[in-house]
Amino acid sequence: MIKLKTALTSLTLAGSIAAISAPAMARDTINIVGSSTVYPFATVVAERFGRNTDFPTPKLESTGSGGGLKLFCEGVGTQHPDITNASRRMKTSEFENCQANGVKEIIEVRIGADGIVIANSKDAEKLDLTLEQVFLALAKDVPNPDGGDELIANPYMKWSDIDSSLPDFEISVMGPPPTSGTRDAFVELAMESGCKQFDMIAQMEDENEDKFKSVCHSMREDGPFIEAGENDNLIVQRLAQDPETLGIFGYSFLMENSGQIQAASVNGVEPTPEAISSEDYPVARSLWFYVKKAHVGVVPGIPEYVAEFTSESTWGDNGYLVDVGLIPNPRNERMEIAKAVKELKPMTGNEL
Amino acid sequence: MTDQRSQAEIVRKSLKRRYRKERRFRLYGMLAIFIALASLVTLFADIISKGHTGFVKTTITLDVNLDSELMYLEDPTDADQRSMADFVAPIVAALQEQLPEVDGAGEKRELGRLLGTYAASEISDVLINNPELLDTTQTIEFLAHDRVSVYVKHAGNPRYSIKLSEQQQRWVDELLEKGVIDTSFNDVLFSRGDSREPANAGVLGAIVGSLLTMLVTLAISFPVGIAAAVYLEEFAPENKLTDFIEVNINNLAAVPSIIFGLLGLAVFIGLFGMPRSVPVVGGLVLALMTLPTIIISSRAAIKSVPPSIREAAEGVGASKMQVVLHHVIPLAMPGMLTGSIIGMAQALGETAPLLLIGMVAFIVDVPGGFFDSATVLPVQIYLWASSSEQGFVELASAAIMVLLTFMISMNALAIWLRKRLERRW
Repeated sequence: MIKLKTALTSLTLAGSIAAISAPAMARDTINIVGSSTVYPFATVVAERFGRNTDFPTPKLESTGSGGGLKLFCEGVGTQHPDITNASRRMKTSEFENCQANGVKEIIEVRIGADGIVIANSKDAEKLDLTLEQVFLALAKDVPNPDGGDELIANPYMKWSDIDSSLPDFEISVMGPPPTSGTRDAFVELAMESGCKQFDMIAQMEDENEDKFKSVCHSMREDGPFIEAGENDNLIVQRLAQDPETLGIFGYSFLMENSGQIQAASVNGVEPTPEAISSEDYPVARSLWFYVKKAHVGVVPGIPEYVAEFTSESTWGDNGYLVDVGLIPNPRNERMEIAKAVKELKPMTGNEL
Repeated sequence: MTDQRSQAEIVRKSLKRRYRKERRFRLYGMLAIFIALASLVTLFADIISKGHTGFVKTTITLDVNLDSELMYLEDPTDADQRSMADFVAPIVAALQEQLPEVDGAGEKRELGRLLGTYAASEISDVLINNPELLDTTQTIEFLAHDRVSVYVKHAGNPRYSIKLSEQQQRWVDELLEKGVIDTSFNDVLFSRGDSREPANAGVLGAIVGSLLTMLVTLAISFPVGIAAAVYLEEFAPENKLTDFIEVNINNLAAVPSIIFGLLGLAVFIGLFGMPRSVPVVGGLVLALMTLPTIIISSRAAIKSVPPSIREAAEGVGASKMQVVLHHVIPLAMPGMLTGSIIGMAQALGETAPLLLIGMVAFIVDVPGGFFDSATVLPVQIYLWASSSEQGFVELASAAIMVLLTFMISMNALAIWLRKRLERRW
């Protein structure tokens, strides 16, 4: 018993000493963080890359676009990630943060597009919404329906209160949390455009941009808008159970679950791949990933992984990412990006 | 006399009411147990009904002619040639032999879609290992595509939508009849790491990750916890400081696990510069989390050793340390072990603290050591439950069943140890 105990204690001691003295160690696996929207695409590429090359399969963490860029910009060194995925473009503030932390050279890759759909159960009536209606249903403050120039707390509780052509049931919409890129994109693409339909708010954009942003970007907090987690699957399950609930998520989830849910048309446009790629569908966004150039040559396989991602058989019109739900960039754009990526051309910061 | 009689009267009168009360009280107890059991049964029934199909895989077994001309491959050992070779063609040709009516490039393409994503690399693996098999006919078992698998296992189930075209469904029906497509025990589930393709996904990576993490947790929390408990119970002087420590240990036991994750992120990754997503960091964090549980249960076990044993040992001249090491600890060991195993079982099911230290990640390769990226079983369940492919629904439930098996066996071990080693006085 004594021997066992001494052995265990010395093991513990050895363990903690090793722990304290562990330096930032060399690593042979690519570390990728970032958007939960890009995650399903990037994992497929990573797995193929691991199978078809001699490099180990990259490790992917789904942290959300904002969380991923924060980790990515924390510095250079193998304890920091090599690549981050984002479902929106890097913000200028994030680029500056990267620069300040010594992450000078960043390679930007636009991988394609994804549409955000507003969907409900197939058992329910198919909806045809306008962005104006979406804004009125989900914003925190809306223009007073009785006229006048003031904003009042959102009074609409039923869809039919907004427009008599809409169905007569309670507004109940499940959407992503603020850490999610889907939320950022939805707010910018749907809420802001809907918001601008009102003259009084549109005027505000020139006069007081902060106020304009806070009005257009604030989602209501009194119940009808339900913040779900990053787990889009959970939203789909809830929609299937409750035909009066609507959900907001990426197009790929609609495609995978087309048996259970259907998408509403927005401003009269159905979310088809063509409409999303051409941005005729109003709630479409581009997907990106960012590569830390300082890690190329330090962590093996980064250029090869990027090459796999940007090859025609991956992200092209008949590539395997299309099967997962990616809407490809137009061909000439793909060619340009692939060429820039091959040269490892870093961003200047002016393009943002 | 009259007084006594009236008292008896009062008792008799209230007797019925008291009996009723007692019956009600028992009924409440039984109701509580019934509710607990019913929810447990519902949970298990739901998981098993969803998950049992996860233990079945759908395979396509074909006699494939590894024709060098068809594959444009002369030398399978040459990597350049392999990268240009068409490994799908011989499989589609073999499928076509089974379904002679298939004709034309479009139909062939549709036929090829019945195969799993990695069918081609299965052929290339066979040829790399045995180059002499080129231009021979081999019986090879391929994994079917997730869509085929869903159709074979769940046709007619409204929870699943069938994504095969009607033509493909007819082909699958025909191949099923011929026995080319078949279902068997899903050994892939226990022999591979994660994958985005449900047919290729397994829990082995997560099981190994859990094992490595638990080893680190055990190596740290068990000796430290027992040493702390022995010192506090046997040697520590009773003063304000030990009181303060005691209160803190009890408080720590109630701290939400996510806080330990934040601590691990700040200290182990931030301060010590340890890598993200590795079992060592996960194990350290979980060790901190289980320490209070182990200390508290070990102290209770030490307390329950009767004073007569100590006194007898001291009476024959044993030193304090001899008393503790020779008598108290061996007698308290069953209780300590039980507490530790229950603490470990708790740690095994933990995800929240691991989220922050990066163990919630897509990791395909099975970890080979304490510093390899790894994930654990509950995290694997979480990841599969949030994947969009339909095949992962059953896999998530199957993984829950695997996790529950581990939990139940750990708890059973704790009970067995207690029964086996426990001594009553």
